[in-house]
Amino acid sequence: MSNKILEVQDLTIDIPTPSGTLHAVQSVSIHVDRGETLCIVGESGCGKSLTSLAIMDLLPRKAVRKATRLELAGESVFDIGERRMSDIRGDRMSMIFQEPMTSLNPAYTIGDQLTEALRRHKKVSRREARDRAVFLLEKVGITAAASRLGQYPHQLSGGLRQRVMIAMALMCGPDLIIADEPTTALDVTIQAQILHLLAELQREFNMGLILITHDLGVVARIADRVAVMYAGQIVETGTAKQIFKNPAHPYTRGLLACIPIPGQTARGAHLGAIPGIVPSLVGRMPGCHFASRCSEVRDNCTTAPIPQFEGAEPGRSVRCLLADEATGREPAREGAA
Amino acid sequence: MIQFALKRLGIAILVALTVSMLSFSMIYLSGDPAVALAGEGASQEDIENVRRVYGFERPIIVQYGDWLVRALQGDLGHSNYLKSDVASVVFERLPTTMLLGASALAFALILAIPLGVVAAIRANSMIDRVALTIAVIGQAMPSFWFALTLILWFGINWRMLPITGTASWLNFIMPSIALGYYVTPAVMRLTRAGMLEVLSSDYIRTARAKGLRPMTVLFKHALRNAIIPVVSLSAVQFGFMLGGSIVIETIFAINGLGFLAWESIQRADLPMMQAIVLVFSVFYILLTFLADLLNGFLDPRIRVA
Repeated sequence: MSNKILEVQDLTIDIPTPSGTLHAVQSVSIHVDRGETLCIVGESGCGKSLTSLAIMDLLPRKAVRKATRLELAGESVFDIGERRMSDIRGDRMSMIFQEPMTSLNPAYTIGDQLTEALRRHKKVSRREARDRAVFLLEKVGITAAASRLGQYPHQLSGGLRQRVMIAMALMCGPDLIIADEPTTALDVTIQAQILHLLAELQREFNMGLILITHDLGVVARIADRVAVMYAGQIVETGTAKQIFKNPAHPYTRGLLACIPIPGQTARGAHLGAIPGIVPSLVGRMPGCHFASRCSEVRDNCTTAPIPQFEGAEPGRSVRCLLADEATGREPAREGAA
Repeated sequence: MIQFALKRLGIAILVALTVSMLSFSMIYLSGDPAVALAGEGASQEDIENVRRVYGFERPIIVQYGDWLVRALQGDLGHSNYLKSDVASVVFERLPTTMLLGASALAFALILAIPLGVVAAIRANSMIDRVALTIAVIGQAMPSFWFALTLILWFGINWRMLPITGTASWLNFIMPSIALGYYVTPAVMRLTRAGMLEVLSSDYIRTARAKGLRPMTVLFKHALRNAIIPVVSLSAVQFGFMLGGSIVIETIFAINGLGFLAWESIQRADLPMMQAIVLVFSVFYILLTFLADLLNGFLDPRIRVA
């Protein structure tokens, strides 16, 4: 597909620790099309943030990144050197972080921080950069945009700062935006606005968007496709509709059972909870990572690695033996999100 | 910014007033100044005479007010030993000490800040260890001993640099190194700690995610934030160096304020010592004020406070 903005195949991240190697991300494969929103869902520590940092090549120094393919618009961006990578970062793909309060440099004005990326990547005058910054600040819903340029981050609220971060990510007109829990640190009312804004901008500029979140409510609202991550692996992929209507992996089902649905969940009824804790990722684990918490676990779940099974519908895949039996298909090649 | 500067200036003036009171009361540190001034074997009548001439019989607050008004007009009293005006002697010596202090601080910062930055970027590497060793040695070595070692090697054995006096800028090299080296460890370690903290901060990740060049990330985004505590520390250390200049100037026979302070202590020249303490203190306060202003410029959040 020529429409593919991002293609990641078999991304693996190992982090050496004193007690052994931490296999933080294990053979993750995802792709994003132009104009598409992919949500990566999972609980804290499942490797979703590391995955996004790995795509940007912004991992901590000690983390070891491997992949068979990492392509941006058909062009490999894996291990191309810091110089060439920095040409791409902020220009063709940019990132929005979780913490708007600390993600802006306190010592420089909003205007300075907005324009510097554009002036780094494109040959534009100070004036043009400034105009673009004002244009985008207005786009992200900031009033009196021109006067904001002279303000410092500490003079803005968290919601405003996150809008500034979004505007900053858009400065060079990137093909792909990775938003790592962009609404987690914000008030609930602001969360909805920011999400709405992201979805709108993504449509308007026809970008690929990877949204990383642990909030299934967010996923339901804006995802085209979903990749569910658990303990360093993608356990299920599919369109948002498929995942919500017909979750195939026991973990996905467990996650969905945790959300109350107005009108359906009875008042006073217990919400679902997944028993147990996330396994340690230090050292190799044979079999299914979710086995220790799974209510449908069987003997053969824990003996051999579980491959990613292609689902009945295209674009669907599940890393579960039960689901495979249900569809009666042969295992597909490792990972195809 | 102007409001911030005025506020800081107000505080500086208040501190200066307090210091002036302390340095004024120095005359009373060693008992009755009239007795001291009249000298050994003076009669009661002589002492009373001195007391009247110098106005020591008046209430102390009046004496202070009188002294302060005259000090503000540049009249710091009269040295009985040198038989001359204190202010003219002090201000004649002041530039030498300032030059020494400034070059020592410059030496310290030029050595310490790059070392600190490199040590932070390459934390726990060989360079970091070497820098740490330099820091530990610097902290542990008394400056007078270091000064004498410098003299021995560069002055006497190798005859590379002049040992005493202030004839040319060459004369300032060894004293500046001896004085500045003492400050280097603290500045270096603080720069390293600041850089380490800033480099792991979210906004540095943002800067990198924007694709900024590594040098831009390092110097524009990281150093500016990491340097803020270093500015405050440098002002404080400069104060220590003024004190240290008493030793260094004595060793290198530099005719500065520090040397004058040492001489005046030996001669029990009270008005002179009083003036030197006052000048050193005011200078120190001025530096702190400037450091505050610089920090206000570097970090907009400080301006509001």
